[in-house]
Amino acid sequence: MNLTVREALLAFRRAPLLSALSVTTIAFSLFVLSLFGLVAVNLQNALRRVAERVEIVAYVLPGTPAETITLALKDIEAFPEVAAATFVSEDEALTRAKTELVEFRDVLRELEHNPLPASIEVKLKPAFRDAEHVNPVADRLRGFGFVDDVRFGRDWVEKLDRLRQLAAAVGIVVGAAFAGVAIIIIGTTIRMAVLQRSREIAIMRLVGATDGFVRRPFLLQGAMKGLLGGLVAVGLSYGAYALIDRVLIQVSFFTHEQSLVIVGFGTLIGLMGSLLSVGRHLRRV
Amino acid sequence: MIKFTSVFKAFPKGGLALKDISFHVAKGEFAFLTGHSGAGKSTVLKLIYADERPTGGEVRVSGFNVAELRQRDIPMLRRRLGIVFQDFRLLEDRTAEENVAFTLEVTGARRNGIAARVMRVLTQVGLAAKAQAYPRELSGGEQQRVAIARALVNEPTVLLADEPTGNLDERATRGVFQLLRDINASGTAVVMATHDLDLVRQAPYRVIELQEGAVVYDSAVDEPRGDAAPAS
Ligand SMILES: Nc1ncnc2c1ncn2[C@@H]1O[C@H](COP(=O)(O)OP(=O)(O)OP(=O)(O)O)[C@@H](O)[C@H]1O
Ligand SMILES: [Mg+2]
Repeated sequence: MNLTVREALLAFRRAPLLSALSVTTIAFSLFVLSLFGLVAVNLQNALRRVAERVEIVAYVLPGTPAETITLALKDIEAFPEVAAATFVSEDEALTRAKTELVEFRDVLRELEHNPLPASIEVKLKPAFRDAEHVNPVADRLRGFGFVDDVRFGRDWVEKLDRLRQLAAAVGIVVGAAFAGVAIIIIGTTIRMAVLQRSREIAIMRLVGATDGFVRRPFLLQGAMKGLLGGLVAVGLSYGAYALIDRVLIQVSFFTHEQSLVIVGFGTLIGLMGSLLSVGRHLRRV
Repeated sequence: MIKFTSVFKAFPKGGLALKDISFHVAKGEFAFLTGHSGAGKSTVLKLIYADERPTGGEVRVSGFNVAELRQRDIPMLRRRLGIVFQDFRLLEDRTAEENVAFTLEVTGARRNGIAARVMRVLTQVGLAAKAQAYPRELSGGEQQRVAIARALVNEPTVLLADEPTGNLDERATRGVFQLLRDINASGTAVVMATHDLDLVRQAPYRVIELQEGAVVYDSAVDEPRGDAAPAS
């Protein structure tokens, strides 16, 4: 086996407790980050589903002539944001209500007068399904004289979006704090390893080892701890996900790419910790 | 090969360790560095292997200028040198063979040649039979032979020895000294710091004597002197 790899692996045997501590802190910091990540990912999914249904409904004043509406539909469909615009007459609205609102079917059947207004349902193109684009379209619809009122799920979308951003932000802040602690702990273990092996390092240098060569096992060791920590974090997150999915609500897990990013981030933390520590301490031995 | 020109060395807290030292050791030469404890012998050797830098003057070692050597070029200088110490400096958790192989691994030698090269130098120092022994299973003389094998395995042009017999009894001293002479006879220059004047008198080699950081006698330039002359 390569000397660098052998030395890096030996570190786990030389200081098993400290190594376990490093791996655990990295795993824990990434686990926290991952939990918030899971919340964000699931909110994002929910948002996407809602966004797909984002429709703007423009209620039409009673007695608007059919030609006016036909002309308006053409205008609306010509908006760059709009995918489709459909007219729903009073009768269609009632029929739909009867099939969709089963609970009220009897009530609706008893009605002598149809209370539901006619409306124009506007579907936006996928790229424009957000608050920023919905508002101006709604305003433009309000500009039509026959439009009584305009509704869309803006509040909902915005709240969900804010929640997702909050989850992501909290996750990043808390995760970064733990990552900082992990870097410090990794740095400390590297420092102890360097001091413990100062005699050996001095001999390596004496026989002509480059600084890079002396440093490499320590960096590899840090990266391996980070990698392990990342794997443990993904494993823990999967456990948490499976539990929530089974007993609480149906949720989704990270994609393979997202899991890889977590493991990669762990490796980076490990590498950072050792990189920040090893140069400083090697200079002293 | 090794050339000191008006070299000064001052330590931040410790005053002047070397004062205006000049000498030249030629290729294949054997030179003793003698002098009292604290005279500056180890400091001279450290300047040669760039463990310390001169604070004045010029130190040249096989083409390298030690004062101006970049940090990352120091390993390249050391790979041309073999270094042996009084306290052997072997790795306790490695066998004799592994201690020697370590040098090659650390300098990135090709793996398939290592075993053969290690056995060749262990045979040269007469320790082939103890290749699998750990340092604690070897006598002082044997440990020093392992250290010499380690110094030789990179085929250095100069072997530096800082009191290599300082921890050895008379018999082991003679053995190690003879080994160094053999190594020198095969073409490697040797610079050996010692205060064992019996050893110095035994051989017709170059003697550079230091006293409080200055060269007070150099057999290459000064008149030969009687046995009684060097203070011990
Ligand atoms: N790192 C250092 N910092 C300060 N002073 C030092 C340092 N290294 C050596 N000295 C001083 O330089 C002088 C020469 O030391 P050096 O080790 O070269 O002597 P030496 O001839 O090898 O002695 P010995 O025979 O005892 O090994 C001494 O006075 C010593 O105290
Ligand atoms: Mg000394």
